[in-house]
Amino acid sequence: MQVDAIKDKVAIIGTGCSKFGENWGMSADDMIIDSVKEAYQDAGIESDAINAAWVSTVVSGYSGYTISTPLKLPHIPVTRVENLCASGMDGLRNAAFAVACGVYDIVLVVGVEKLKDSGYSGLPEFFFHPAYGQGYTAPGRWALFATKYFMTYGIKPEDGKRALGKISVKNHYNGTFSPKAHFQKEVDLEKVINAPIIASPLGLFDCCPTTDGAAAAILCRADLASSFTDDYVLIKGFGLAVGPGLGKEDIDYQYDHLPETEIAGKQAYEAAGIKDPRNEISLAQVHDCFTIAELAEYEALGFCEKGAALDEIENGRFTLKGEQPVNSDGGLKSFGHPIGATGIRMCIDLYTQLTGKAGPRQIKDPKIGLAMAQGGHPGMLLPIVTILGAR
Amino acid sequence: MKQLSSAQIQVISDSPLNKGEDSMSTIKSIGAYIPFHSLKLEVLAKAWGGGSQIGEKSVANFDEDTITMALEASRDCLKGIDKGSIDRLYFASSSTPYNEKQSASIVAAALGLKKDILTIDFTNSIRAGTNALQVAIDTVRSGSAKNILVTASDCRLGAPGSDNERIFGDGAAALLVSNDGVISLEDNYNHTNEIIDQWRVSNQPYVQSWEDRFVKTEGYQANVKQAITSFLKQNKSTSQDFNKVVIYAPDQRSHLGICRTFKFDPKTQAQDPMFSRIGNTGVASCLMMFVAALEDAATNDRILLVNYGDGCDILSFRVNNKLKLDKEYKGIKGNLESKVYISNYEQYIQMRKIIDMEGGRSRPPMVSSAVAVYRDRKMIYQLTASKCTSCGRAFYPPQRICLYCQAIDEYEDLMISDKKGKVFTYCKDQLAGTVDPPLIVCVVNLENNMRVFGQMTDRDPDKIEADMEVDFTFRWIHGAGGFHNYFWKFRPLR
Repeated sequence: MQVDAIKDKVAIIGTGCSKFGENWGMSADDMIIDSVKEAYQDAGIESDAINAAWVSTVVSGYSGYTISTPLKLPHIPVTRVENLCASGMDGLRNAAFAVACGVYDIVLVVGVEKLKDSGYSGLPEFFFHPAYGQGYTAPGRWALFATKYFMTYGIKPEDGKRALGKISVKNHYNGTFSPKAHFQKEVDLEKVINAPIIASPLGLFDCCPTTDGAAAAILCRADLASSFTDDYVLIKGFGLAVGPGLGKEDIDYQYDHLPETEIAGKQAYEAAGIKDPRNEISLAQVHDCFTIAELAEYEALGFCEKGAALDEIENGRFTLKGEQPVNSDGGLKSFGHPIGATGIRMCIDLYTQLTGKAGPRQIKDPKIGLAMAQGGHPGMLLPIVTILGAR
Repeated sequence: MKQLSSAQIQVISDSPLNKGEDSMSTIKSIGAYIPFHSLKLEVLAKAWGGGSQIGEKSVANFDEDTITMALEASRDCLKGIDKGSIDRLYFASSSTPYNEKQSASIVAAALGLKKDILTIDFTNSIRAGTNALQVAIDTVRSGSAKNILVTASDCRLGAPGSDNERIFGDGAAALLVSNDGVISLEDNYNHTNEIIDQWRVSNQPYVQSWEDRFVKTEGYQANVKQAITSFLKQNKSTSQDFNKVVIYAPDQRSHLGICRTFKFDPKTQAQDPMFSRIGNTGVASCLMMFVAALEDAATNDRILLVNYGDGCDILSFRVNNKLKLDKEYKGIKGNLESKVYISNYEQYIQMRKIIDMEGGRSRPPMVSSAVAVYRDRKMIYQLTASKCTSCGRAFYPPQRICLYCQAIDEYEDLMISDKKGKVFTYCKDQLAGTVDPPLIVCVVNLENNMRVFGQMTDRDPDKIEADMEVDFTFRWIHGAGGFHNYFWKFRPLR
């Protein structure tokens, strides 16, 4: 196994994104077309340049026809990918490997989710055992982790809630610079802390919204990238760790760290040749479905020591002007979380920052970006880490 | 065990006077269950007006029904008893969750009883509990079975604002009838009497009654008086020959009336019908009182049991040896020690599903599959874990490949519903759909070095903390698929 075989083999040459939000007037098809149209324009190509395509969705379509019908794709290989909340990033990952092996020159990756047709808030049930595992919610599963994390490190619940609140405030602030974000409004820390409880200790502002949206990226062989555009980024490496997923039933799991995420991070660092993620990674997109998830991911990905996240939040390390900005477009919390689109949306932010096109939220001279999209819940996580580098 | 010839059985069955010389058909163990929730009657007075009301009644939680309560009483009864020895289960109730589909089979499944046993539901009369007990004793005497678990459970609804709403309480009792027990049936008397005094038409939720005076005088008083008089004559005894008298009555006044007629001392001789503490528990009532009487009964005590409903059942017992109660036994007294009060009428009618609450648009509907429930019946009903025979570690839900040593298909079943544990981490989920938000979700480490994930019921949301001790209780979880889905939940130790 050669973990770094993917490094610098594939470039992202264009991206596109629909408006994220409660898109009552838009179908999945509308959002797919909006995102792909923009990606074609950004890459300077037309649909006949595409050799193959991947579409990621969890509940908003089946098969390759999810995109081939609205996009009128001309009888090319199209694959549908589902891997929980990491679906979008896994589509991109699979597409990248296909390009790296040389079969295809240019491919399209699309992620889409149309959640607001369902008639309820929150995500659909993924597990259907009649007795066991039904009736639980995503915030509840992360709240179990938050409570135990606070206990492990002797954090008073009010101090823990304040630290989580600061993550929410940061991501809301970052979202104000993203015109396509679900929310573009700052929130006050006291309002965040005092918001209605969803699953203690997580309140309303600790939870990402239920969002409709689509995101697309055009990938091509790295050696061809400059023939299309000067604004491209290079894929440095991936990590993906899927295990038994039985932590919530395994007495050996301590519920205060994210083992799968740690492993996926290590894989990606090895592939990309990163020795010191805290200092080598200029900016990151992490999976802030809940604020506690972002907090735990700082530690799992080696941005800080275990147990040090509260101090780092306090000193502003992960803010837009901090040493290692995280979720510079607002993250899931503010940009929104249409499941199949999220991993691609994360890579779009890195692409935008690494090509210097992020406008008022531009980070100064970033070299390496990390994106981590993560399905499941503590004890059964499905994290994918993607590392991108400036050309 | 010596088998009786059919001729001998005939003699015993027909004999009006067995006087305890036959010791083979007796009660070996007892158990009871009273729901954790209690409703002060003043809450009803506040809702509907009327004078101040003293007392309270037990109320089944939203996730309890006659099956789950009977199971709790049965578990109490079988503490220290080999479950493999049970060869019949008789379930009695007037409020079974199913009209077509047995309740006894679900109780047997959740208890983990063996499969080659006879299970029977006794229903449709308040006498169903004593009917089942009497048939069980007859069965054991006949030699057809050695150990029969009899459980009676009721969860009746009175119409909002009615007297019955105030009077009815919820609970369950269980008795193990065995050929090597310590309390024997001395004598019995039965009569049947057709009268429309109290009834519930199929598919109607509320018990109905004819005019109060008719029900109490021509129904209850006339029948019970005649039955006790006939019994005493048959048994050649007087009302003072009994140390305890367990008398079912529809209400406190009717109970006092019978005591007065026969000069049963209401303080010392008559068993407390517990109207002011748990209410009238219907089919369970007489047997719950009997269990309470047996908790205190001394060797050589004589106990008279009187039940009413479309006729009368009278059974008289002798305590050959005082019952030895298991150290974990809860019974009536133990259950009464812990309770939480329902705060208002709205909470009560939600719990008893008297109104359909708007479920909200926050969560997708539950789904179920009769096939999956059938396939996983051991995992669901018996809470059966897999115990790896290679490394020895147990896991729930059961795994074919061991998480710890990767051994494939090397495991045995381990029923864990009797294990206790401590909360490792928890959350209070306001988003999850439940009748009593927040849903308490727990990760619990069990005493046998394994972990189980699940929900907590019968809890005070303000008193949830890490390391609190919990055990398992069997509950209704949802009605998806159009049938009742049951599963185990955690419960703070009562």
